[in-house]
Amino acid sequence: MSDLDHPDGVICPGGPLLLRGDHVVTDAQGRPHRTTRPVSAVCRCGKSSRQPWCDGTHKVLPPQARP
Amino acid sequence: MTPRGVGYLPRMLTPKARGSLSERLLEAIRARPRDLAAVVGDEPESVDDEQIALWALYELHHHGFEDVDDALEWHPDLLALRRRLEDGFERRLRSRWPSPGPGFRTETFAEDFFAFVEGHDGASLAAHVQRTADVEQVLDLFRLRSVYHLKESDSTAWAVPRLRARTKAALVELLYDEYGAGDPDRVHAHLFARGLEACGLSSEYGAYVDDVPVEVLEQNNAMTLFGLHRRLRGAALGHLAAFEVTSSLPSRRMSQGIARLGLAQEMADYYDEHVEADAVHEQLAVRTICAGLLAEEPHLAGDVWFGAWSCLDLEDRLARRLLSEWAA
Ligand code: FES
Ligand SMILES: [Fe+2]
Ligand SMILES: [Fe+2]
Repeated sequence: MSDLDHPDGVICPGGPLLLRGDHVVTDAQGRPHRTTRPVSAVCRCGKSSRQPWCDGTHKVLPPQARP
Repeated sequence: MTPRGVGYLPRMLTPKARGSLSERLLEAIRARPRDLAAVVGDEPESVDDEQIALWALYELHHHGFEDVDDALEWHPDLLALRRRLEDGFERRLRSRWPSPGPGFRTETFAEDFFAFVEGHDGASLAAHVQRTADVEQVLDLFRLRSVYHLKESDSTAWAVPRLRARTKAALVELLYDEYGAGDPDRVHAHLFARGLEACGLSSEYGAYVDDVPVEVLEQNNAMTLFGLHRRLRGAALGHLAAFEVTSSLPSRRMSQGIARLGLAQEMADYYDEHVEADAVHEQLAVRTICAGLLAEEPHLAGDVWFGAWSCLDLEDRLARRLLSEWAA
């Protein structure tokens, strides 16, 4: 039974993609990174200093530069 | 004191009094035989006096004191005093809060929340640490932060059984990460303890409470107040969300300041962990926890904003005090 939604991936408008569970994500250089926490945030703005993970940098971008 | 067996880690001792009420209260809870009824009607002589008394009463619910009988946690005379101090404190927090907040609209809540935090233009200790603080100032800051970071997330955890399924699962999903996702070495409070030790500071719980300004006690006590009272679960979760939303970028600055001053890598690790973890937690706290709570209990919207605002305001008060002391 599932009446309360609990998706594996959630797009945060203007911010990261939340990813639930264990995954390997490759960064822009093709290097693999394994998730280390129950929920991870994958950078969508391209400006994080900790690729492929979000580090909050999207919040200081002008609105039109946010994903 | 009765011996507690091999491996027992002694807890902190009661803190120093900061006025006549805390003086009499701390004496009374240490004494045997004790006369607690005598302190129930006492009035605090200052905010410092009130806050250290309340902090000590609250610690009975956290880890307690080596020099106080654990049975006092639920002693009716202490509960009566606690209630009176809490009432005054909550009234003061609410009187500082200027507005009822932006309300609750499902479609725009996350955006409203991030904008609300961004619009609160507070002083930043992290920016000072990043660029200008000296080693002594940063070590002082770690001492002050230790009062909370060594019990990181503990008061929020009290909200868990008071929530319905959707919000309960959402909060535990975040707390699980704060508590190391099953790995004791990754418990955030433990990461901070390791950082303290690597900096040559004490990692003993409560070690620095006598040194902290009243603003730190207010921060601590607000979290315990919100966490212990089911009635205030909205404020507890609003506070959590504001805390998470103001953590990731400042943690990066803290880490850069630690590197600039050549302080211990273990402490940088604590902040680096929070750059990444809180980039996740801020989304969860706003989008699944607070939005979930308000979908189930929309009447708590005012308290969510009250808790969020209190978090920002209390940090701002501490930051302004420290920055002006350091500038002097
Ligand atoms: S999406 Fe957050 S830093 Fe890129
Ligand atoms: Fe944390
Ligand atoms: Fe967090």
